[in-house]
Amino acid sequence: MPVTPLVRVQSEDFDLQAESLRLTQGRRDVGALVTFTGLCRDEAGTLAALELEHYPGMAEAELTRLAEEAVARWPLTGLTVIHRFGKIVPGHNIVLVIAASSHRRAAFEAADFLMDYLKTRAPFWKKEHPAEGGSGAWVEAKTADDKDAARWT
Amino acid sequence: MNIRYFAWVRERVGVEEETIELPASIATVADLITHLKTLDDNHAAAFEEEDAIRVALDQMHVETDAALGDAREVAFFPPMTGG
Repeated sequence: MPVTPLVRVQSEDFDLQAESLRLTQGRRDVGALVTFTGLCRDEAGTLAALELEHYPGMAEAELTRLAEEAVARWPLTGLTVIHRFGKIVPGHNIVLVIAASSHRRAAFEAADFLMDYLKTRAPFWKKEHPAEGGSGAWVEAKTADDKDAARWT
Repeated sequence: MNIRYFAWVRERVGVEEETIELPASIATVADLITHLKTLDDNHAAAFEEEDAIRVALDQMHVETDAALGDAREVAFFPPMTGG
């Protein structure tokens, strides 16, 4: 019976330590915990902030569909996906994926799969606010992300 | 039918959301796009690069040949850039 993933879409920050503990505390069967944190970077000083737009309702639903696919595919003891929306400045968190398993391979692969799929299927869009001011531009989807996602089919 | 727009599609159309009475001849998402393009210049501009538009029916990804069926909500948006 696959575990039920924890999926959250929120404007506030998340706490990596607290979220990691949630998947390990009081358990003796977890042998591997892989965490991925995606942060906003300043693009060599040119970026002031990212504005993350999302589709409320569908963002949660699609992340849940992807997370459920991961727990069906790998023997995980826990899985957490948190994606933020709103204005995020360089150095701050955007996304968190934590995969827990008895063995490392499943945890590594599930986290990698989720990030690849999330980038091409979860309804979020980034707008860049340039450091020099003025109106921002929408980040364009990368072909490389589609190729990464295709590795899992 | 309730129609929602996101990111640059929303900016080009000029509204986040609108409700449109559909002519009976519209069966698929592609038919709907063709119809929306005729509404005004903003819609025409938003759907100019049709290949760049992604679609969700009742919050599930679909291709443009999908039948609208009983869907209550359709959303149009650019390729996603989260993560």
